[in-house]
Formats: sequence, structure tokens, C-alpha cells
Amino acid sequence: MILIVDMNCRRDSLGFYEFVLPIVHAIGDLDVCTVRHYREVTPDDVKKSSCVILSGTPLKDHATLGEPEKFGWLKSCATPVLGICAGMQTIALVFGAELEKCLSLGMTRIVTTAANSLFSSAFQAYTLHNFSLKSSGDFEVLAESEKCVQAIKKNGREVYGVLFHPEVRNPEIIKRFVRASSHTE
Amino acid sequence: MKLGVLFSGGKDSTFALHLAAEKEEVSCLITLVSRNEESYMFHTPNIGITALQAEAMKIPILQRETEGRPEHELTDLKEAIAQAVKDYGIEGVVSGAIESVYQSERIQRICSQLDVWCFNPLWKRNQEEYLEEVIARGYEVVLSGVFAYPLDGTWLGKRLDRDLISKLLVLEKRFGVSPSGEGGEIETTVLDAPLFKQRIEIQESAVEARGNSGVLRIRRARLIAK
Repeated sequence: MILIVDMNCRRDSLGFYEFVLPIVHAIGDLDVCTVRHYREVTPDDVKKSSCVILSGTPLKDHATLGEPEKFGWLKSCATPVLGICAGMQTIALVFGAELEKCLSLGMTRIVTTAANSLFSSAFQAYTLHNFSLKSSGDFEVLAESEKCVQAIKKNGREVYGVLFHPEVRNPEIIKRFVRASSHTE
Repeated sequence: MKLGVLFSGGKDSTFALHLAAEKEEVSCLITLVSRNEESYMFHTPNIGITALQAEAMKIPILQRETEGRPEHELTDLKEAIAQAVKDYGIEGVVSGAIESVYQSERIQRICSQLDVWCFNPLWKRNQEEYLEEVIARGYEVVLSGVFAYPLDGTWLGKRLDRDLISKLLVLEKRFGVSPSGEGGEIETTVLDAPLFKQRIEIQESAVEARGNSGVLRIRRARLIAK
């Protein structure tokens, strides 16, 4: 089962349609997805899942950045995790990295800076974010745009973050993550 | 949260309004009346009927004219949203964008500049499933504009039903036409929907078509009991 974490400020919000459902559609098989709001995720939910995907949120929704303690399970879980936009920002905060203001909207050129299993070379992706990483801390930087860091991986862990929204124009990145995770089970 | 819906009178903005009204408070509709029939941002056929639709839903409407010149119309949109913030106290904006990053990016940028929320509840919807849901939820929708090969004037005025969806899906396979008209291939007008307290009856209309481009011009319409 794939656990998709709804990162919107409240459960059953209007942002669910825009930031959670497209991830389910990108995976393509609705029967293998379970959706939980971030305040309701338990370590057991994570343990039972083949992988976890943290959704993005509307541009003005920064609720998860004020509640990193709700993601304590990230520190010890063995399950592969992919955070998208607010998901990546939250992962960064949980592991002690700092964020800084960085607004980016629309199709953006992303350049791969380190070989990885999700993407390669340069590509166009949809961005919608207010913050990026100030310093990479204990993360390997996988990709950058002209403005900022766009993708990271926690050193020694299968925990990834992408600031761009792969569900919009690059669903293959989500599919690769899901496929790679099923091989590590 | 009080929201303003960018409203063109077509199925997408009406359905986005519907989803928004299920979660939040819709305080007003915001309509840009473009003088440019080829506007990339604002659906144009029968934009005049939006006031009647707003009356049918008992939701206030803020209408603003725009020359419809690319990028200048965005300034007009920004001013209209700012006016809605002032007049109706809206905290966010809803659009019916499904696939267009061109449209979505521009609306997101304006909302960011005005510090209001932006929601696109139809974003990335599977188009066939979406059209089926529009019918299943009781919408009465007519094709009011066609702008791509092989569509022509014979399609105008047709009701959106399962038969029409099947035909649009064939066009998608053979010619790459977006079944929901996301690429501007078709435009629609909503005559009835669950939020309508009364439905719209077209009393007089005319097809104005040439080749693969045409509109159903609604000249007279009224509200009648459902």
C-alpha cells in the first residue's frame, strides 16, 4: 500500500483536489493508495506502507512548517519517503535544515546535479513555492533551478524531496519512486 | 473562508464553484468581459449570460470589462480581484483551470501579489471522468463555441450528454482535441446546475460559424422555475 499524506492545513479541504488527488492519478492505481491527513498519520501507518508521499499545498498554506513535531516518524522510519513542495520543506525542517524565502511559479528549468533513481539531465517542471533551502545540511542536493535547490535526498536514507510538482508535468518521477520503493520492500 | 470564483458561465468555472461551495463560503463571482474573442485567459461566448446565471444562484457578481490584450488583461483581472477583496472581503480565489499551466501560473501570480489564497479544484482531473461527473450531478450544459478542426457549426447548441462525450473522446483519439476543451477547442454555457435555484431558458439564439470556428450566440434568455 502507498501512503499519501495530505499536507493541507485541514482535513477534507478545498486544496485536497489540487494537491492530493493528482498524485493518486499519477500513480494510476487507486486501489493501492491510502490517503491520511498529516495530523492523523501514525508510525504504524508508515510501517505498513511500501512508500510514503507527502503532498504539496496551496501557496499560502504553511501549516506543516509550524508543526514539524507531527512528522517525528520521519526520523526513524525505514519506509521510502518522497516529499513534494511543502512535503520537501517539511522534511528539511524535521532534519534540521533551514528554509529561506524563494518564490517560483510556473514551468521552470530543473538541472540534475547528482545522479539518482528519479530523474536525470535537465527538464521542465511546474513550480509553485514560497520557500527553498537556505542550507542543504545533511541532504545531498539532487537538482537545482536558476533560483534555488529543487530536489534533495537525506544522506544514507531513502528520503527524497522535490520542490517542483511532478504530478503536473512529470508523473513518471512519481512512478519511478513508487517502482523503486516496491523493490526495496 | 470567503472566496471569489473566476466565473465565465461555462462548465469548468461552474463546477469549480460547486466544489468550492461544498467546502467554503462563496461570496461573489468575478467575471472579466473580454472584447477579444481570442483571449487566452477568458472564455468569451455568451459572457453576457453570467449575470443571469449569478441571479439563478443568488450569488453576487462583480463584472469588469477588459480589452483582452495579452498580459494587459491580467492587470484588469488583478484589479477585479482586488475590488472583490475590498467589496466582498474575499480571502481567496477559485479558478476552473484543469490542465493549462499558462492560465494557472498567471492566476497564482496575481493571488500571490494580492496575498490571497488560490484554489484550482479541477486541476489535473481525468477529463472523461470529469465530464461524466458533470452530467451525473445534473448539469445542463450546451456547446456554445467551437474553435478547432474538425469541429464546426453543427456541434453548436448540442447538450453535453453521454453520447456527446463519446463523440468528443473519438475526436481526442483521432485529432488530439481536448474533450473538456482545455486547449480552447470548445466552450460551453451552463443552463442549469445543482446550485441554480432557477434554470435558464434560451429564448432566441443564432449560430455564427465559419469553417472550424463558430459560436452559439444567445440573444435572449430568461430564468424559469426548475
